[in-house]
This record gives sequence, C-alpha cells and structure tokens, in this order.
Amino acid sequence: MIRKSLLAFFTLSLLLGCSSSDEGDSGSQNDGFDRQVMLSNWADNIIIPAYQDLNADLMDLSAQKEAFVNSPNQANLETLRASWLSAYKTWQYLEMFTSGKAEETNYVFQMNVYPTNVDDIEANIASGNYDLSNPNNNDAVGFPALDYLLFGLAETDAQILNAYTSNTKAEANKTYLSDVVNQMQSLTATVLNDWTGTYRDAFVNSTGNTATSATNKMTNDFIFYYEKGLRANKIGIPAGVFSAAPLSSKVEAFYNEEISKTLALEGLNAVQDFFNGKAYNSNATSGSFKAYLEYLNTINNGEDVSALINSQFNAARTKIESLDNNFVQQVETDNTQMTEAFDALQKVVVLLKIDMVQAMSIRLDYADSDGD
Amino acid sequence: MRHFTKESFFIMKFNLKTYFSKTTNAAPLAVFRIGFGLMMLVSIIRFWWHGWIETIYIQPTFHFKYYGFDWVSSLGAYNYVLFFICGLSALFIALGFKYRWAMLAFFLSFTYIELIDKTTYLNHYYFITVLSFLMLFLPANAKFSIDNLLRKKSYDTIPRWCIDSIKLLLAMVYFYAGLAKINSDWLFRAMPLKIWLPSKYDLPFIGNSLMQQEWFHFAMSWSGMFYDLTIPFLLLYKRTRLFAFALVVFFHIFTRVLFPIGMFPYIMIVATLVFFDASVHEKIIAFIKRLLKPFRSHFSEPKLVSNYSIANQKWILPVLTVFLAFQMLFPFRYAFYKDELFWTEEGFRLSWRVMLMEKMGLTTFKIVDAKTGDYFYVDNSDFLTNFQVKQMSFQPDFILEYAHYLGDHFKEQGHKNIQVFVESYVALNGRLSQQYVNPEVDLYQEKESFKRKNWILPFKDEIKGL
Repeated sequence: MIRKSLLAFFTLSLLLGCSSSDEGDSGSQNDGFDRQVMLSNWADNIIIPAYQDLNADLMDLSAQKEAFVNSPNQANLETLRASWLSAYKTWQYLEMFTSGKAEETNYVFQMNVYPTNVDDIEANIASGNYDLSNPNNNDAVGFPALDYLLFGLAETDAQILNAYTSNTKAEANKTYLSDVVNQMQSLTATVLNDWTGTYRDAFVNSTGNTATSATNKMTNDFIFYYEKGLRANKIGIPAGVFSAAPLSSKVEAFYNEEISKTLALEGLNAVQDFFNGKAYNSNATSGSFKAYLEYLNTINNGEDVSALINSQFNAARTKIESLDNNFVQQVETDNTQMTEAFDALQKVVVLLKIDMVQAMSIRLDYADSDGD
Repeated sequence: MRHFTKESFFIMKFNLKTYFSKTTNAAPLAVFRIGFGLMMLVSIIRFWWHGWIETIYIQPTFHFKYYGFDWVSSLGAYNYVLFFICGLSALFIALGFKYRWAMLAFFLSFTYIELIDKTTYLNHYYFITVLSFLMLFLPANAKFSIDNLLRKKSYDTIPRWCIDSIKLLLAMVYFYAGLAKINSDWLFRAMPLKIWLPSKYDLPFIGNSLMQQEWFHFAMSWSGMFYDLTIPFLLLYKRTRLFAFALVVFFHIFTRVLFPIGMFPYIMIVATLVFFDASVHEKIIAFIKRLLKPFRSHFSEPKLVSNYSIANQKWILPVLTVFLAFQMLFPFRYAFYKDELFWTEEGFRLSWRVMLMEKMGLTTFKIVDAKTGDYFYVDNSDFLTNFQVKQMSFQPDFILEYAHYLGDHFKEQGHKNIQVFVESYVALNGRLSQQYVNPEVDLYQEKESFKRKNWILPFKDEIKGL
C-alpha cells in the first residue's frame, strides 16, 4: 500500500511538475495544430472570396435585371437567366456558412428555401405590399423565387415575356422581380461587409474549444449543411426517402428543369473543397478539417479518416454524375438511381458525424457528462 | 477455501455482535448530513438555473425509460414542483429539520426525477440515489440539528456502523471505478483520454504543451486507475489520510477543469471528509456554531444524551446488509453476457463505470411496409431532442425502445404492415465506425429483456480486461 501511494505520489508530482515547465523537451513539432491557420484559411481564402464573388454576381444580376425590366425582350431574359444561374452556382459555395451577420439576418433562409411558394409570391405581387425579410416570406424570395419568376410564370418564353409586358400584372411582376433581386444583393453586401470588417478578426481569433468557438460552430454548420442542405434537400427529399412517396416537385430549380444536377454537384464540390481547405479562387490548400484530422492521426495512430472521407465524397460524386440533368426526370423515370446517390451521400454523413467529430472531440454542451 | 469450525463461527458471531454495539462520535455524520444537504440544494438550483428542467424533462415528447419503470412519467410543468420538493428537502436535510421525512422526500423525489428519462443517466446521480437510500436509515440528525432543538435532546455518540457504512459505500464507488479501468483500451491505448485531452488545447498553460503528449495520456490513464483503486485505503489509514485528501481535492478539481462534469467533483470532495477523525468534524461544527452565534441565543441548548440507540436496528441491519451486498455484486452482472461490454453495454450502467468510453453513433430508422416494400426514413429530430438523439444513437436499449415508439406512432397514423429497420453506425474509443445493429432485423418484433441482444452486430476488435 505504501508502495502504491508512493507511486501515486510520484506520478502526481511528476504531472504537477511538468505542467509548469518542460516545454522545450521534444522540439518544435509539439506546437500542436494551429487552429488559427485553419480559421484564417477558411476566412481569407474561402469564405470572403466566395462572398465577394457572389456579391459581384448579384451586382451583375441586378444590372441585367434593370436591363430586363427596362426592356423585357427575349435577349434580355436570356442574359438575366444566365446571370441568375451563374450567381446560383456561386451560392452553392456559401450556403454552409451561417455565422456572423448571416446568422443575425437569417440570410440563408432568405436566399434559398425551396420549393418556393407560388401562392405567397402571387399574393405578394397582387397586394404590392410585402416585407420580403419577414420569415413568412422565406419561401417567396431568393433564388427559388427567381427560378419561378424567370422560368415558371408561364409555359413558353413568349408567355413569360408577356407577363412582364402586356399582362395586366406586368408592372407588379417587374416590381417584385426587382425587389427580390435587390433584397438578395443588399443582404449579401451586408454579410460581406461584416466579414471584411470586424467579423473576420473575431472569427479567426476564436480558437477555443467551446460550443460557441469558431471551429466548433463551423464544424456543426458544415455537417448540418451537408446533411440537410445537400444530402436531404437536393437528393433525399425529392427521392422520397423521408416520405411515403417521391416528391419530385421539391427539387432545386424546379422551374428551370435543367440544372438540379449542376447545382447538386456544385454543392458537393463546395463541401469537399472546404473539407480539404482548398482556396475558392485557386488550387492552393491550407489549414482544414483534413489537415486537422491528419495532425490528430499523428497522435492517435488511427485510421486515415480524411482519406476515407475524400474517397466517399468521390464515390458520391460518381453516383450524382450519372443522374439526369433534371432530377424531376430522374425521380419519375428511375428513382432507384436517386436513392443510390442518397445512400452514397449518407455514407459520408457517418464518417463526418462520427469519425471526424470523434477524432476532433468537438463537443456540444447539452448537459453534464459523467465524471470520476 | 477456509473452512469455518464451529468455534471460529462463534468467535465471528461474537465479534459481529460487539462490532454492532460499538459506538462512535456523532459529529462526522452530522457534518456529512450538512454537506450532503447543501450540495444537493446547490445541484438542484444549478439544474434549474441552466434551464435543464425545461429542456430535459418538459420539452421532449418522448422519454426513454429504465427497463421495468415505464410507469414513471414526466409530470410536465409540475416537474418544477418535483424539483422544488427535492430542493426543499435537501435544505431540510442540511438543517436537520424533520430529518427522516426530509430524507424520504429527497430520496423519492430525486429517484423519481432520475427515472423519468434515462437519457440523463450519470453514475453520480445513481450514487446520490444509493447514498440517500442508505441515509434514510442513519441517525444523521443525532447531533447539531434543528431536530435536536425541537426534541431538546442531542446525542453525543451513535452506533459505529452508521459511519462505516457510508465509508464502505464511498470506498466501493472508487474501488469499482478503478477496477473498471483495468482494461486494454484504458491502460494500453490510453483511450479515451487520448481523444479527450488533445481537444483541451485552449486551457491556459498546459493546453498546448501537455495535452498533446502521448506520455501524458498514458500517465493520466495509469495514475487515474491507481488513484481509484488505492484512495479508499489511503483515506482509511490514518497516516496517509491527509495526503489522500489532498489527492482527492487535486484529482477532482483537475477533472473538473478538464471535463464538463458539473457538481460531482465537489460532492466527492465534501463526502470524503467523512473519513476524518471526529475532532476535525467537531472543529467544523464549532466553526459553524460561531457563524450562527447571533441567532442561537433564542434557543436553549438541547440536553446532551450520551448514545443514540437505533430503535429498529434489528431489522435495519439485515436490510442494509442485503442492500450493500447487492451493491457489491450488481456491478458484476456483465459477466453473464458474453459480448464485449463496451460495445453492447449489457450490464454497463449502475456499475461505477465512468469515463471509460468515447462512443458516438449515427442511427437512422427506416419504416417499411412489409407487403409493398415501400419505405421511408425517419428524421429523428421530429421526435427527439438533440441530447436524446446523441444518447440514443449508440445505446442498444435506447435504439430498441425508440424503434417501438416509432412503430406505434406510425401505426397510429394509419400505416400498415409496419417493420422498423435500423441503419446504425457506432465508433468506440477512436476506432473507425462500424455498423452496429443488424440492418436485416425488424426491431419492431424484438422485445426488451435482460437476455442477450442478438441483433447487435459483433464488435470487430477486442478489449481485454475486467
């Protein structure tokens, strides 16, 4: 007993002693993983450039919208549509970011809630009296509302143009189109200005490991987007995996009818690039989940989780690439391929939610845990 | 095996008899009572303050039940009344006011709260239940209590076994927690500390130096095991007691800094004071008396009676003996299951197994129409809170109970030929996640019991140890 107590005493005094000194022991590789490098890579090379790109896209969209509203003809409609598509693709790189002003303003909910609610849109147009930022209008604004206004107002392009020219509601339609675009542009500018202003430093300096630290929040947002925004909204819900029957009308860009696959693939690229820490404007990579996992692996000698995640991302991409450009078509002709794509995406959820989160020991403080 | 001769049997009987007639100073038990009551009061207030009564006991539409306790249901908004009763009785216990009734009210209300939902299961909550059951039978109000003032009688001594039984319980908790650490994951892979400690990089001073060192993870694992196994003896033995208490304080504060474990460290620090000599406790009482001096003049000192003799000792002793013997044996029930304990958790809870696992799961439920083959997945957040989803995802009894709840729910909604299948992946102590539940088994047909759950897929690794 005395020997054990001596041992315990010895161990403890060792621990106590070491906690105050003994840092230079094993050289510089013990500096650990620099979260700040990861956070600044996220902020400076991914998030802010993507917001800047979207902001530029939306300024262009705004300009094309002006041109279209001033002279609603086929050529202007097509340029406007192209501008919309370009911005929509850029948007796929930003939907996962919900901190800062984006959280305060409910930004994501004002940009891409689909299916859009045609009744709400028509009611707004009819009344001419609406608050687009009201949560009740989340499904009547953003890219999906533009999808309806540019592709879904009528069957043919001629009829759509008619809705902006000779139709009795033409003025109201133009005003609504204009208001929706302006709202998207001003919201994006607000979020971007916050990032380039004070928020960037606050984000990059939040290096702790609490439920509200930047890394933890980002991890949760990232996984949430992957699971909900990408896996469920783009593929799972239309394929009917959460309902008794497939719901093809719930695809993204339902009225466009050609780009649901394009958008899903952009979303997947965005997720994988973020995971790997790839810069938005170049192929450079820096601090990332991947780097973090690789660093932790040097401590744990565990499985190479980041390689598994990347290969499963690639497998999911292959599945999605084989789908029809229009998911409505895919769901209605061969839904099995759609559910297979869902299953492939789901496998990454397992790796992200369990293996990655466990390795990083990211915790949400629900309540006390057990202790000794 | 030693054979008892008739003679030695008599000696033992005689010794037991003298043991149970031995008396000791009542002060340690009085201080223990005060500490216990105050700690519990703070715990209840803290729980309330964090809003957990709302989020854990009122908001959820579904509660996970302990096997055999389905009848315990949440009282809705009246849970606040329950917590109020629990807190008030804790205060009464501290004051020694109507002690027996207060202890009974505390034991019942606290245990009821714990039984509402096993999602919140913590070993230290179970410890409180066990301890408060024991304290029901102890004369903790014999000294320095309001009951003394009311009866105008105070007792100097109590039967010695009263304090020893608490020491035994505390020693058991530590020792069993230490035994549970004798396994290959804890000792030879330094798991789960190797996962947990590096994430504490934001601690001042040691966060970026020690916490990432492999040797430190092993040092913590091994010293944690030795600490748990030896601390009861170091506390019992007078010469090492002060040192042992310093260890207790250090270890519990250290774990408090590292992990979100709430009140438990403080409760254990206060509880281990009971190992000290009566003189220490008399000093504590004298100190409190000095604090209370301004209020005490209204009361006349109660008459000092020498020994508190327990009226019903004849039946209390057998009851407590059975109770403590049960506590000794119950943690070993896992031996009846051949599967890996950490994986299936058959016999894991209520056994002082703390901090042994970093276990996470992702479990999705598939509702299938057996006739048509049509299926859909369930969004768990439609039915469970985040906390419940997290706990459900890796614990088989939770998964089964929830599968039945979902089956019943969709049956009520008019779905036919319901089958409930589970796609579940679980990772344990840094291993890669693997499929957990047999996806071919319709859990709606499986029943909860103490029998082995053969629908859990086998663990693809081995953990050696106790």
